[in-house]
Amino acid sequence: MNVLIDKFDVFAGGFWLTLQICVLAAIGALILGAVVAVLRISPVPPLRAVGTTYVNIFRNMPLTVVLFFAAFGLPALGSNADFLRIPGLDAIFSRLGTDLPYFRFGLIALVLYTAAFVCEALRSGVNAVPAGQAEAARSLGLTFGQNLRYVVLPQSWKASVVPLGSVIIAMIKNSALVGFFGVVGDLSQTADQLTSAGGYAFIPVAIGISVGYLIMTVPLGALLDRIEKRQAVAR
Amino acid sequence: MSRQTSVLYDVPGPRQRRITLISSLVAVVVLLAGAYLLIYRPLADKGQLSMELWGPLVDPSNENFSQVWERLWVGLKNTLIAAALAILASLVVGTLIAVLRIQLKSLTRRRFTGLATPLAYLLRGLSGTLSVITRICVEVFRGLPVVLTIFFVARGFPEFGVSFDNLWYLVIGLTVYNAVVIAEILRSGMEGLPGGQAEAAAAIGLSPFQTTGLILLPQAFRIMLPALISQLVVVLKDTSLGFIISYEETLNIGKQIIGVLGNPIQVYVVIAVLFIAINYSLSKLAQYAERRLSRGRRTTGAAPPTPPPAALTSQAEGAGGGI
Repeated sequence: MNVLIDKFDVFAGGFWLTLQICVLAAIGALILGAVVAVLRISPVPPLRAVGTTYVNIFRNMPLTVVLFFAAFGLPALGSNADFLRIPGLDAIFSRLGTDLPYFRFGLIALVLYTAAFVCEALRSGVNAVPAGQAEAARSLGLTFGQNLRYVVLPQSWKASVVPLGSVIIAMIKNSALVGFFGVVGDLSQTADQLTSAGGYAFIPVAIGISVGYLIMTVPLGALLDRIEKRQAVAR
Repeated sequence: MSRQTSVLYDVPGPRQRRITLISSLVAVVVLLAGAYLLIYRPLADKGQLSMELWGPLVDPSNENFSQVWERLWVGLKNTLIAAALAILASLVVGTLIAVLRIQLKSLTRRRFTGLATPLAYLLRGLSGTLSVITRICVEVFRGLPVVLTIFFVARGFPEFGVSFDNLWYLVIGLTVYNAVVIAEILRSGMEGLPGGQAEAAAAIGLSPFQTTGLILLPQAFRIMLPALISQLVVVLKDTSLGFIISYEETLNIGKQIIGVLGNPIQVYVVIAVLFIAINYSLSKLAQYAERRLSRGRRTTGAAPPTPPPAALTSQAEGAGGGI
């Protein structure tokens, strides 16, 4: 059990890096997912087709394949994802001692993959609003923007917050994969590192790593349960 | 499609239709230009569209074609074998866990009258503890990434002197996670059933075990069939994680091919298409099952099946994320 105390800073660092990836990827996925959702419910058929294709492709593809594309396909095209180096974010990225592009590759893959699920969560929320609500708003003379702002979105938000949370939980778990794609120092890579190269006993390391993920996923899951129960009563 | 979007829009009139047509044309032009600039140009500039790289995968007259596809076929077969074993094992284990949890829950509500007082308290304490333990196990394994369960199984078992083929590590790792998810799907299906079902079963003298097996479980399976099929998609996607323990599944074979031929983008495109084709047809099957089920229900005049809690199913599906 000594490894948990001796190497506490390694575990804490891994947790911190995983948390960083998760927060950044969640922000990216929510933005991109919202854009794709807008595409999918737009009145223009070609845009709708693009949104549907995007969702079908990324929902049916393993994240592993997306990561392979990002980590090996992008370098083959001569890009190391420098376009993600937005000045403000650079302060957060530079935490990695050596500036490897894999952090950015992993982030791109996670965002692309999760956005498809975010889109579905948002869209199912909009579709859950009874058509009569929007019709009533239109016959009152509300404009499209007012209709969205005062009638449709507040209701759809209620229906989509729980699925959205589940998507984020799944994404936190998915982020474990980037450790196997060259991101040095996140929780799952720490597990590999400590057990193989470090030669530490397996069980304590496994416990430490598991706790790291459970800290993130279990409270979020419990929160969602609560929200869902409350909503069920409210209805 | 248009029926789905009608929540937000009225049925378009002549003017709106004209606007839609024009913006469609504009969108098509913009999208084609974007695809040309952002996808075609970079690929062409780097020579990624040359027949030298694509040939082994798409051109039957290429010298490597038959060999490459033979290997890919082996990988695909391994993927399907692992997925099939994992889903079977998770169904069996998941059903057992679901039944166990339901039984324990009803057991904790029993007071064990008729037994000596200390014995009754002991039994009540025991069932309560077991119930809490199973609950904790479920929460822990549901909250862990699948990559890590696979990794832990592959690293941990040899540590105790137990070693298997890589296939079994993958299957066990996948089963640990998916069994728990399926157990939760089934359990919420059983708890979502009208209370009258269990009460009626008790009234005609079925034991709690018979009630679960004969009355609750079959109905839960039926209601949850779409969710179970989507879980199959998740398992299939997750078998691709076998590459971290060097199980020879599709992606690993792909990596070997890339090592020889040096065409990563092309090989991954082909593998992605394979996965998308299989999983897309499975999701269509799930949708079909859902439609069939809801239609069957309506004609019998019974109440519509309770939809599964959104958190549970979408979390499981999102986890298809691979983990």
